[in-house]
Amino acid sequence: MSQNLDEVAPTLSVGAAGPKTPLILKLVRFREFAILFALIVVFAATSIKNTSFASSSSIQGLLSGPAVIILIAVGETLVIITRNVDLTVGSVLGLSAYLVGDLYVHYPHTPVIVALLFGTVVGAVCGVVTGVIVAYARVPSLAVTLGLLYIIRGVVAVIVNAVQINATSLPTGFINVGANNFIGIPIMMWVAIVVVAVVGYAMRNFRAAREMYAIGSNPEAAVLAGIRVQRRIFGAFVTSGALAGLAGALWLAEFATVGSTAGTGYELDAVAAAVVGGVAIFGGSGTVLGAALGALFLNTINQALVAAGVSSFWDEAVAGLLLVLAIAFDRYLIVRSERILRVEGRERGRH
Amino acid sequence: MGEAVSQGINEEAAGAVPHPPVDPKPLLVVEHATKSFGAVRALNDVSIELLRGEAHALLGENGAGKSTLVKILAGVYQPDGGSIYLDGARVQLTSPAAARDAGVSVIYQEPTLFPDLTVAENIFMGRQPLKSGRRIDRSKMMKVANDAFTRLGVHIEASRVARGLSVADQQIVEIAKSISFNAQVIIMDEPTAALTEVEVERLFDVVKTLRSQGAAVMYVSHRLQEVFDICQRVTILRDGAFVKTSLTADTNIDEVIRSMVGRDVVAATSTGGDATGENVLEVERLTREGIFTDISFNVRAGEIVALAGLVGAGRTEVARGIFGIDRVDAGSVKVGGKKLKNASPISAMNAGVGFVPEDRRQQGLVMEMAIDRNVALASLRGLSRFGFVRKASERKLAYDWSTRLSLKYGRLSNTVTTLSGGNQQKVVLAKWLARRPRLLIIDEPTRGIDIGTKAEVHRLLTELVSQGVAVLMISSEMPEVLQISDRILVLCEGRLIDEFSREDANENAIMRAATGFARVTAS
Repeated sequence: MSQNLDEVAPTLSVGAAGPKTPLILKLVRFREFAILFALIVVFAATSIKNTSFASSSSIQGLLSGPAVIILIAVGETLVIITRNVDLTVGSVLGLSAYLVGDLYVHYPHTPVIVALLFGTVVGAVCGVVTGVIVAYARVPSLAVTLGLLYIIRGVVAVIVNAVQINATSLPTGFINVGANNFIGIPIMMWVAIVVVAVVGYAMRNFRAAREMYAIGSNPEAAVLAGIRVQRRIFGAFVTSGALAGLAGALWLAEFATVGSTAGTGYELDAVAAAVVGGVAIFGGSGTVLGAALGALFLNTINQALVAAGVSSFWDEAVAGLLLVLAIAFDRYLIVRSERILRVEGRERGRH
Repeated sequence: MGEAVSQGINEEAAGAVPHPPVDPKPLLVVEHATKSFGAVRALNDVSIELLRGEAHALLGENGAGKSTLVKILAGVYQPDGGSIYLDGARVQLTSPAAARDAGVSVIYQEPTLFPDLTVAENIFMGRQPLKSGRRIDRSKMMKVANDAFTRLGVHIEASRVARGLSVADQQIVEIAKSISFNAQVIIMDEPTAALTEVEVERLFDVVKTLRSQGAAVMYVSHRLQEVFDICQRVTILRDGAFVKTSLTADTNIDEVIRSMVGRDVVAATSTGGDATGENVLEVERLTREGIFTDISFNVRAGEIVALAGLVGAGRTEVARGIFGIDRVDAGSVKVGGKKLKNASPISAMNAGVGFVPEDRRQQGLVMEMAIDRNVALASLRGLSRFGFVRKASERKLAYDWSTRLSLKYGRLSNTVTTLSGGNQQKVVLAKWLARRPRLLIIDEPTRGIDIGTKAEVHRLLTELVSQGVAVLMISSEMPEVLQISDRILVLCEGRLIDEFSREDANENAIMRAATGFARVTAS
């Protein structure tokens, strides 16, 4: 993740080459830092009110909880950047969690890494189906993924009743992945950190990734620029599916049991995390780091409300409010920055 | 294949070019290109040659086949017949990417950039320079982008995002993109339509630079003066067919217009303002913070007042403020002596104001709706009975106005998308004229319209004022401003900086005012 921050910095300083860059423009570029700042404020404020909030066990909860959401939010970010949306991720997570459990029922000695890979492949296959329909058959992703959300969920409900999966069918090594720490940080979170770092780096440095941004920023221009639009959109959906699959395997490791509702509603959490983290809902801009921080932020707010003794019923309302605020704020930034950039251009033209 | 090319050269030597430019061997040859859309033959046996180092104008009225030819060269359309040679080798431009790889690049009137990405990324999208591990080499990308701007003699920050760039700068970015992949043939499709005069000058310098570097520029424009300023040769198309290619030095504007139109075009001139007419529009100290400040002026019945100035000076914004589309922070608007309260388009319309917006496709028309319904759109109240629109009256209204404006259409029930740009503009005009406005605000009345229709629109506006209508016109085309307006108000950076009467207006004086000349000398 730190690598990612370093990668952001150079562009920022180049952009800020002028004598003084207006705050608005800085905010546009430093979107991740704004959310990080908000995160710290919420954490600090809650810690003052309730001293146990800053305890290590609480921090543990803050970090392990959102790992799964971070993973699917990263995949969701890629899809949103191409001006699409993937609502299947919650259902895919459920399907993957169940199939990984089923794998252990039949092959109890499967190595952990193989189980994780298996979950990833299950998700990727779902992503291929979605991607083919959206990218090549050109059906709007909102409709396709909404349909697949219910279809996959239905499949999960049917097969979950066939075989029960609980902690006894899972090897300790696998369950440890969901329970243990490595250098004080949950292993699940390490997985999320690695994924964010790798995908974040790729999104900045590879052509295919930059083309995803281009597609979301201006689809017609993308075609004119000779970008293979369908292939890129397909790639975004496959990645999203794969990460949801990986998240499903980790979800199973964490909870050690699968019901038919595993992962229900996670798709909206993922979209919310991405948008709160500065990913533009109409595509073209945003980073996976932002989305990850968004997930962390929403989770921290959730925990903070609990720690502050606020009824958990408020949790979703607060998340929704943040979502609306984030979108409004983005809109405001765009309008303001556009005006400033225009004026800058005009002044430059005169000199 | 070789024969065909050498034949091309011979033709060249035979007569068309007595003083060949830098390199007499043609860079691009199009031979006998044909393209039909259904029953319509858009391009019929057209041949054209571009030489290295030349700017070659492609002229013709709307519907003459220019766009079709441009799109064939851009790889967007595939010709039904004919062949294309680049540097003597036959090429198939099967896609925009194929055209780009072959070295043909098209700069469109409204460039298509990625607003969220940096200028450098826009230039290199899909072919970014790579370093080890197939990673994008950002610093090289920035450097090459900045080099391209240096070569063009233009300063644009390569690291800024494209959002907020003026149309002119966006075009420059597109040009930088072309030269960054060594495009040899650069086609500019109406590049100056949305540019101000200063920006046009800069573009011309860029064209000169490109020529001196051995590129061939194909220049598609309705602005003939520009063509004669920067092009060495012109090729004229009419009704999809080739008319002729000649050296600009050997011809003149009148001759070119005759070849394009096939008839003489009579330029309209305003009847001369009836200075005694009553005030129809009085604008007092109109201010919208950060956009325009303290704008006061009036428009009398029977005169055309032009708002001149650079793009971004706030002309359109002032018009939108008057019509009540945008909220203003201070000042008042009176129409016919009555102050407009609760500024809104409805109250402006009720006071007798019509507004023909700049972007007819987005704001002036409902493109997918029938012609008659578009015409009737602003008059629905008068056409309705018990809240239902009477189709027959709608049709009659549309028919009357289409006839008066000599609209060229198939059926009134066709969608406006079936019309050419000039005729679409007539539909917008008809829509507002049907309300019989006392004040017509018209933004860029002839942008992207062919010469014949342009003259008709001008004549129409003069006719209107002779009937006592007041017209407030915004135009970036200086000849148009000088030709038909009675008074010219010049805006600069949101302020009304100068006013000219018809007699003492001239291009230089207006441009000096528009570029804030007075202020520069003061400081």
